[in-house]
Amino acid sequence: MLNGTEDEDKWLAEGIAGIQHYAFFMHRALDSNNLREALKYSAQMLSELRTSKLPPHKYYELYMRTFDELKILESFFKDDSKHGVSVVDLYELVQHAGNVLPRLYLLCTVGSIYIKSKEAPAKEVLKDLGEMCRGVQHPIRGLFLRSYLAQISRDKLPDIGSEYEGDADTVMDAVEFVLQNFTEMNKLWVRMQQHQGPGRVTEKQEKERSELQDLVGKNLHVLSQIEGVDLEMYKETVLPRVLEQVVNCKDDLAQYYLMDCIIQVFPDEYHLQTLETLLSACPQLQPTVDVKTVLSRLMDRLSNYAASSADVLPEFLQVEAFSKLSNVIGKVIEAQVDMAAVGAITLHVSLLTFTLRVHPDRLDYVDQVLGSCVKKLSNIPKLEDRRAMKQVVALLSAPLEKYNDIVTALTLSNYPRVMDHLDIGTNKVMAMVIIQSIMKNYSCISTADKVEVLFELIKGLIKDIDGADVDELDEEDFKEEQNSVARLIHMLYNDEPEEMLKIICIVRKHTMAGGPKRLPFTVSSLVFSALQLVRQLQGLEGDIVGEDVPVTPKKIFQLLTQIIDSLSAVPSPELALRLYLQCAEAANDCDLEHVAYEFFTQAFVLYEEEIADSKAQVTAIHLIIGTLQRMNVFGVENRDTLTHKATGYSARLLKKADQCRAVYACSHLFWIDDQDGIKDGERVLLCLKRALRIANAAQQMANAARGSSGPVTLFVEILNKYIYFFEKGNQQITSSAIEGLIELINTETQSDSTNPDSISDAFLASTLRYIQFQKQKGGVVGEKFESIKL
Amino acid sequence: MNFLLGAFKPACNILITFSDAKTRKQVPMKKESGQTVMVPLFQSQENIAGKISIEPLQGKKIEHNGVKVELLGQIEMYFDRGNFYDFTSLVRELDVPGELYERKTYPFEFSTVEMPYETYSGVNVRLRYVLKVTVSRNYGGSIVEYQDFMVRNYSPPPSIDNSIKMEVGIEDCLHIEFEYNKSKYHLKDVIIGKIYFLLVRIKIKNMDLEIRRRESTGSGANTHVETETLAKYELMDGAPVRGESIPIRLFLSPYELTPTHRNINNKFSVKYYLNLVLVDEEDRRYFKQQEITIYRLQDS
Repeated sequence: MLNGTEDEDKWLAEGIAGIQHYAFFMHRALDSNNLREALKYSAQMLSELRTSKLPPHKYYELYMRTFDELKILESFFKDDSKHGVSVVDLYELVQHAGNVLPRLYLLCTVGSIYIKSKEAPAKEVLKDLGEMCRGVQHPIRGLFLRSYLAQISRDKLPDIGSEYEGDADTVMDAVEFVLQNFTEMNKLWVRMQQHQGPGRVTEKQEKERSELQDLVGKNLHVLSQIEGVDLEMYKETVLPRVLEQVVNCKDDLAQYYLMDCIIQVFPDEYHLQTLETLLSACPQLQPTVDVKTVLSRLMDRLSNYAASSADVLPEFLQVEAFSKLSNVIGKVIEAQVDMAAVGAITLHVSLLTFTLRVHPDRLDYVDQVLGSCVKKLSNIPKLEDRRAMKQVVALLSAPLEKYNDIVTALTLSNYPRVMDHLDIGTNKVMAMVIIQSIMKNYSCISTADKVEVLFELIKGLIKDIDGADVDELDEEDFKEEQNSVARLIHMLYNDEPEEMLKIICIVRKHTMAGGPKRLPFTVSSLVFSALQLVRQLQGLEGDIVGEDVPVTPKKIFQLLTQIIDSLSAVPSPELALRLYLQCAEAANDCDLEHVAYEFFTQAFVLYEEEIADSKAQVTAIHLIIGTLQRMNVFGVENRDTLTHKATGYSARLLKKADQCRAVYACSHLFWIDDQDGIKDGERVLLCLKRALRIANAAQQMANAARGSSGPVTLFVEILNKYIYFFEKGNQQITSSAIEGLIELINTETQSDSTNPDSISDAFLASTLRYIQFQKQKGGVVGEKFESIKL
Repeated sequence: MNFLLGAFKPACNILITFSDAKTRKQVPMKKESGQTVMVPLFQSQENIAGKISIEPLQGKKIEHNGVKVELLGQIEMYFDRGNFYDFTSLVRELDVPGELYERKTYPFEFSTVEMPYETYSGVNVRLRYVLKVTVSRNYGGSIVEYQDFMVRNYSPPPSIDNSIKMEVGIEDCLHIEFEYNKSKYHLKDVIIGKIYFLLVRIKIKNMDLEIRRRESTGSGANTHVETETLAKYELMDGAPVRGESIPIRLFLSPYELTPTHRNINNKFSVKYYLNLVLVDEEDRRYFKQQEITIYRLQDS
C-alpha cells in the first residue's frame, strides 16, 4: 500500500516533469509564432494526461497544470495575426492529431475560440464537441476531458440574454448540451465501478470515485444557472432527463449523490412544482441507496421554504405536497425490502418534521404519518435496533415539541400504537418525555378521555409490563419515574366536578394496577387530587343544593377509602395513616362526622396493627393528635372516644420522653383556642400533670440507669405548655403552679446529679425572659403575668 | 582540372522549356537521389509544347545523326531497376542529321497527349513521365537530356458512392457495427463515420483507424505485395460499454495519399484500406479491413 503511494508519487512527478518539458517547447513555439510546432508540443504535453496509473486526486494535479498551459495556448489561438490561420482551419488542423485525448483537448480549446468568433453558431460547435468527446471512454480521462469541456463552454452557452444566443429555441440547445455532457459524464463515472468488477469494491475505490463526484455534479449546477431554464423547461425537459439518467445508471453512489445534488442546486419552488416527478424516481433507486437521507434533505429544504414566507403555503396545498411525500415514502419502503427498520422510521420522522413545519394545523396529517409508521412497525416482529428505537422516540417527541402540548398529541389515535412498538425501556423513556413535556408547559389535561389516552401512553411507568426484567431496575430511576407520575397526576384538572371525578376514577383504575412498589408514589397524589375536588365541591355547595348531584363529597370519600385501602397491600401504614388523617380533616370541613370518624378509626387501626416501630409510632401519634385537635365536627361522644384513645396511646409509648411529649401534646385536645372550641381546663391540667409525672419518672430512670439525670428539657417544655395555657386563660393553671414548676426546674438544674446542658439552660432562660417580657407589657396580659413570682 | 572537367562534359547544353512554364503549376517531386525538385504538372489530354535549345560548348561543333524529342510514360520495377517499360512513347524528329555550330532552338508540341496513368512513386514500383531529347551521334555516344514532369488526373465525384456499413464480431465476445460515410474518398476528403458497440465482453484498451496502402507488383506467381500503414489515428481511448457509439472524423489531407490505381498496365496496383483495430488490455488486436477508393478531385 505504502509502495503504491510512493509509486504514484513517482508517476505524478514524471508526469509533471513531462508537462513542463513540452510546455517549455510549446512556449518557445508560441513566442516564435510557429503554429505547427505549437500544435505538436501541446499535443505531446497533453499526452501526459493519457496515463492510467494515477488515482483521481493526483490525476487532477496533472490536469490542472495542463489546464493552465491550455489557457496560454488558447490566447495564442485567439490571435490569428500571430499564426495566420482562420479559426475554421484551426478547428480542422487540431483534429489531425493522432491520439484521441490530446486531440480532443485541443479541439475543445479551439472550439471555445470558434464559438467566440461567432463564425459558427455556438450550438453547432458545442454539439460537435460533445459528440467528439465520446472518443474517450476511459472513466477518469473521460471525466476530466468532459469537465474541461464543461469548463470552457460555461460562459458560451447559447442562453437567453447571452451574446451567443441564436435565433430560436437556443436555450434548448444549451440545455441539451449540458444534459448530454452530464449524461455522458455520469456514465463514465458509474463505469469506474463496473470496471473493477462486482464484489471487489474496496473502500479505496469508493473513495476515489467520490473524489470525482463534483465533476459530474457541476453539470447540474451549470444547468441550474442557465437563465433560460424556467420552471416550464425544468419540468418538461431538465428534470425528467436528469432523473432518467439517475435511475438508469443503477449505481448507488451516483444515485445518492445526484439526487442530493438535484435537491440542493435547483430552487425550492421548482422542487415543489415537480414534486411528483422527483419523488417518483425515489422508489426506483437501488435498494442500497440511502433514500431516507435524500428525502430528508428534500423535506428539510421544502419545510425551510415553507417557513421562509407564508405566501408559499398555498402552493404546498395546491400541489398536495404532503400526500405525495407520504405516498413516496410508502413506496420507497416497499421497494427497498432490505431497508432496516431504522431507515423506515427515519423517513417517517423526516416526513413528520416536514408536516409539523409546513402544516402545523393539520393534525390528521400527523396522525397519518404515525399511522403509516405503525403499519411498517407491525411488520417487524420485535424492534431491537437501538438506533431504530431512538428514531421512534424522535418520531414521538416531534409533535410534543412542536405543539408544546401533550393534549394535541393525545388526539392522535396512532400515537399510542407507535408507542406499543417500543421496548420496555424505551417506552419508559418516551413516557418520561411525555410527562416532562407536560410539566414544562404546564399543560393541563382536562378531560377523562384524554387522561385515559395519556395513561395508556405512559402505561410503561404505571404498571409492570409482562416480560420486564424487574431485577434490573435502577432504584433511583424508578423513583424519579414514579415521582414524575405523581407530579403528572396533579396536572390533570377539570373545573367540572363530574369530569374531574371521572378523571380521578380513571387515574385510580390505572394506578391501582401499579403494584406495591408504585402505589406509595401515586396514591398520595391521587388522594390529594381527590381532596382538592372535595374542597372545590365545598366551594360550590351553595349552588348545587337540591339538585340531583352526581358528585358528592361522600362519594369521593368512599372512593378515597378504597384508594388508601390499597396501600395495605404495599404495605405502607405510615403513609396510609397520614392520608387517612388528611381525609378526616377534609371530611371535617365537609361536616361529615361519620366519615371523619371512620377515617380516624382507620388511622387508629393502622396505628394499632401496622405501626410497630417506636419512632414511627411517635410520629404517628403526633400526627393523630394534631389532626384531632383541629376536628370540630365530632359530637362529644365521638370526640371523647377519639381523644381518649389518643391520650391512651400517648401514654403507652416506649420511651418516657416520647410519652411525656405526647401526653402534654394531648393537652391541646381539650383546649381549642377558638370561640366555641372545647375548653376543658381540668383535663388539660390532668394531661400536664401526667406529663410532669412521666418527666419525673424519666429523670429517675435516668438516674437509676446511668447515675445521672437527663437534661431538664422536658420540664422546660412542660413549663412552656403551662405558660401557654396560663396565658390562654385556663383557670386550672395557676401562677403558683408555674412558680412551683420553675422551682422544680431550678432544683433539678442545681442538683449534682444533673448534667449541665447548655441547650436546656438557654431554653429555660428564654422562657423566663418571656415571662418577664409579658409582665412588662402591662395591660391584661401583664397583670396576669404579674402574679407569677420568679 | 579544367581540362579534365571539360573532357567529361557533354559537348553541348540542352535546355528544355515548356511554353507555358510561367503559368503552369509546379509541384515537388522526389528524385531517386532523394532530393526534391519542382516539376511542371500536366494532366491527360493536355498539349505538351515548348522549346528545346541546344547550345554547343564554346568553339565546338557537333556532328549528329539527327535530333529528336520523345515523350515517354515509363514503369520501373525496383527488382528490375534501370529497365523501363514504356507504356507511352511519342516521338518528334527535330532535326535531320547535320552539324551544329551554334545554339539552335527547336519548338516542339505533343498535342492532346493520352496520359492515362498518374505519376507514382511507391515502394517497389515507379511510374514516371519524361521528355527525352536525344542528339544522336555516331561516335562519342548520343547526347541525351531528360525533363521530368508530373501527371495527375482528376476525376469527377463518383455518381455512386455508397457508405460502408458492416456488422462484425466474435461470438459472445465482441460485436460492433461500423459505418464509413462513403466508399470513395478524394484526397482532401474527411472520413466520417461511427462505431457502434453491440456487445463488449473484452476489456478494450483503445481503438485505432489505420489507412493502409497495398501496393502489388508483378503478376501471377511473381506478384509482390507491399503494405504500408500511412495513418494511425486513435479513435477511442478506454473501454466502451454496450450501446456506446464512437464518432469517426478523419481528415485525409495530412497524409501522403495517392489515388487508387487498379492494374496499371498489368504491372501494378495501389489500393487503399481502412483498417479498424481494437486492442484489448492484453494487447491482442482485433481488426477489420475495408477497401476504400481514393480519387483525385479537381481543386475548385
